[in-house]
Amino acid sequence: MSGNPYIYLFWMAVVTYAVRVLPLTLLKRRITNPILHSFLYYVPYVTLAVMTFPAMVQATRSPVSGALALAVGAVVAWRGGSLFVVAVSACAVVYLCELSMGM
Amino acid sequence: MEMSARAEFARGAKDGLPIMAGYFAVSFTLGIAARNAGLSAFQAGLASFLLNASAGEYAAFSAMAAGAGYIEAAFMVLVANARYLLMSFALSQKLAPTTPLWKRLVVGYDITDEIFALAISRSGFVAPAYIFGAMSVAIPGWAVGTYLGVAVGNLLTPGLLSALSVGLYGMFLAVILPPARKDRVLLCLILVSMALSFLARTLPGLTFLSDNMKTIVLTVGISLLAAILFPIREAKS
Repeated sequence: MSGNPYIYLFWMAVVTYAVRVLPLTLLKRRITNPILHSFLYYVPYVTLAVMTFPAMVQATRSPVSGALALAVGAVVAWRGGSLFVVAVSACAVVYLCELSMGM
Repeated sequence: MEMSARAEFARGAKDGLPIMAGYFAVSFTLGIAARNAGLSAFQAGLASFLLNASAGEYAAFSAMAAGAGYIEAAFMVLVANARYLLMSFALSQKLAPTTPLWKRLVVGYDITDEIFALAISRSGFVAPAYIFGAMSVAIPGWAVGTYLGVAVGNLLTPGLLSALSVGLYGMFLAVILPPARKDRVLLCLILVSMALSFLARTLPGLTFLSDNMKTIVLTVGISLLAAILFPIREAKS
């Protein structure tokens, strides 16, 4: 590292905060344009789905345990499991699966 | 029924606990990357406290390790964090229009994939106090995890790290799937998004786009197409 880490962090923090806070503070009205309104309604579901797969399967030591966690997590979530319950069941599946695989 | 601000805060902190646990595991590995970039435990913890980002911090640490200029490094972090701009736009519609500026400024400090997911999972407007509650456990989990990743690199066993690494994705499933039960369009949209995400990350010839850029391009493209094909009526959200 050649520069001062604190100067790096300062500028990185400034741009990161700007990205997060500007839309939130500048856009105070309800959006009424149907296309734009629908777009913002769909964004969370699309982006979370895109981030979950295939990343979830690749996050674990074996794709088998990751895929199993995805399947079990999806079923538990579909049946209305809370955030906590779904998260914990996915983790438990990975742990037990990798244990049984002798990892 | 309206909950008091205190009850909202407590609920947010409770819902934030799995985020804290997941963050701890992820930021722990991030700390190992920070140490490789030559940062002290304090500097890495500070970076996590200030940036609250995973990919953004990976970009930050690699830029610092490579000795990039300050502007270049800031730009790399900006690109890695660009999806938060979209989330901030979406979240602006989940806050009551009367929400005061200072609350918006605080909420904006910790828009992460996970806090965003929590906020979206609330029906109707989300109370800023709920987000503050989630932040109050998530931010320390992230910063302390990074600090410890540098300080005591091999505390967690590989088996535990592997198991904890799917917790946050499990939460994402818990956010997007229940509403899709009652909404076929949403369910199809989720499946299409996952399929295209898989293709975008496995097909050769797309390596010029970073993983982050792929997420942004897919999000904008699919959401826009869905908005044009299936515009929703006001009552739905």
